[in-house]
Amino acid sequence: MTITRLWILCLALGAAACSGAERREASAAVTAPRAAVLSMTPTVDGVRARGFVRCGVSTGIAGFSMLDARGQWQGLDVDVCRAIAAAVLGEAAKVRYTPLTTAQRFTALQSGEIDVLSRNTTVTFQRDVQLGMEFPAINWYDGTGFIVRKASKVQSVEDLNGATICMQPGSTTEPDVADYFRKHNLTFTPVVIERLEEVTNAYFAGRCDAFSQDRSLLAAVRARAPSPAEHVVLSEVVSKAPFGPGVMANDGRWIEIVRWSVYASINAEELGLSSKTIDRALDSDDPDVRRFVGTTDGFGAMLGLDAQWAFRIVKQVGNYAESFERHVAPLGIDRGVNRLWKDGGVLYVPALR
Amino acid sequence: MIRTIRWQLAVASVVVAIAAAIAAQTAVNLRARGIASGFDFLSRPAGFEIARGLLSFSSRDTYTRALLVGLVNTVRVSLLGIVIATSLGLLVGIARLSEIWIVSTVARTYVEVTRNTPLLLQLLFWYTLTQGLPAAPEALNPLPGVYLCFRGLFLPAPIWRHGFPWIGLERPALVGFGFQGGTSVSPEFAALVIGLSIYTAAFIGETVRGGIMAVGRGQAEAAVAVGLSRLHALRFVVLPQALRVVIPPATNQFLNLFKNSSLAVAIGYPDLMSITNTTLNQTGQAIEAIALAMVVYLAVSLSLAAGMSLYNGSVLRRGGGA
Repeated sequence: MTITRLWILCLALGAAACSGAERREASAAVTAPRAAVLSMTPTVDGVRARGFVRCGVSTGIAGFSMLDARGQWQGLDVDVCRAIAAAVLGEAAKVRYTPLTTAQRFTALQSGEIDVLSRNTTVTFQRDVQLGMEFPAINWYDGTGFIVRKASKVQSVEDLNGATICMQPGSTTEPDVADYFRKHNLTFTPVVIERLEEVTNAYFAGRCDAFSQDRSLLAAVRARAPSPAEHVVLSEVVSKAPFGPGVMANDGRWIEIVRWSVYASINAEELGLSSKTIDRALDSDDPDVRRFVGTTDGFGAMLGLDAQWAFRIVKQVGNYAESFERHVAPLGIDRGVNRLWKDGGVLYVPALR
Repeated sequence: MIRTIRWQLAVASVVVAIAAAIAAQTAVNLRARGIASGFDFLSRPAGFEIARGLLSFSSRDTYTRALLVGLVNTVRVSLLGIVIATSLGLLVGIARLSEIWIVSTVARTYVEVTRNTPLLLQLLFWYTLTQGLPAAPEALNPLPGVYLCFRGLFLPAPIWRHGFPWIGLERPALVGFGFQGGTSVSPEFAALVIGLSIYTAAFIGETVRGGIMAVGRGQAEAAVAVGLSRLHALRFVVLPQALRVVIPPATNQFLNLFKNSSLAVAIGYPDLMSITNTTLNQTGQAIEAIALAMVVYLAVSLSLAAGMSLYNGSVLRRGGGA
């Protein structure tokens, strides 16, 4: 099971010294004729040598990373992987996905099994500082909430005093809920089950009075309920949960590529560039747009990529609004604070300048 | 003789050297990747809650205490499981050899079905079954103060009182979301104990059957011939001799049960593995957390094995050198 997997990953961490060094040498040999700057970035070298980006995703969270009926990964987080692949390899489809549980995700990244973790991961101090990771960008602002049965007449978190609450291990939900209940002098009994499907079923079966998770995920859970109308997501948010892709901190160039791939899709929305209009943008006179599509300034080369990296992200994956409309909006989730700053949200990213 | 010792020393030092090299290299890798290491986290507050068990716990307690709570929960499930599995296994083993067709067939079917399906599946089955019980307001109430619903089994518990007669009985009562007061058995705990006991009892049953068959047929026949009833023959002649054959393989089954209890993670019982899992995730220190769990499981397993070996020794002495 998952534990076995963790064991293997732990062993891999130990063994990574020998194999990692060899792999680096091998890939350096393959890409030797390229610019000298590439040797500074083992991750990009590895991605190019392999021909695909290894991306860690969830085992199935609707709207963020989930297999569709045709066996294709879809979602807001999946689009981050696809954007990176479009920027680095020229094709958004060149991604190999590894589904990971909350418990496995960081070890998979640390042991080098994946290049980037794009999986509803809350950025926290401890993860940023202690795990040797870096969170280059934030692609979704969420918060911990609760779903309850309407019949239970629970209106607010206060009403959950003494309740049994289902949750998943390894999520920030566990300490967040414990803190909130302690602060407000409330008690609860946790039921902790690792797999999302099983913990959701336990809640549906009535084992728990409430299920606590990030609110976007709760909306997806509610949509999957036997009768969604019987459940309600409480309006209160008990903690902040900004999500972002994570990478290892030891490769500065790779961090920049991931960061600007996310920023590119948000900037594209701000500039009014979408997958439908991006072709026309090549002839634009707007200096911001010209820099974006790579007609001037050569920002791509500074990243170790070609001039059209951002153009390809928008052309193949679309801008942030398109990703949202395609994956998250159908779940009935409001864009809320995840609007652009111009529209009253908090999405405010540095410009390509 | 000296040559064998030399060889053994050589092999041992190679093994130790490899282990040390792996450990050193891991430490170097962790540092190079900026991943925190060490056991400092053990004295930090855990920050998460654990369902009520034998030991009290709150989110302000340390990771050490959280892991201790997990260990106590694991040991509690294992001990209860071992007792039930042994009793059930003994019955099954005897039933397998019964001359009554229906008894031996039922026992055989039970053994074949449980032995040949995965334990994880069985645990999920028992857990799902507990969830089929009625909801708290419609709880079954077979005896006064005893309630059974899908949130668990709620029983009256003795409590100390100030006045005469000092001991009182606290009955569970339906308050808010569920029953409060008295004592309770959670469905996760029940499913785990039932699942582990029934699964392991099948193996122990086979061990017992083997043990009985290892005792010569003549022994039972002679006992009956001197006037003992069949039950007495089994109780005083066959089983004591079978015990010697049964103990070593039964010890194996006890150890299996103890280790299998880590499957609790799948049904949400807060055992050692489940708490380790959460600790690992909250701290991100996978190697330390897993190593710690490994050491604890190993220590408990070895103690259990040592205890059984002592018992086996005393049984052998008592039984003479047959």
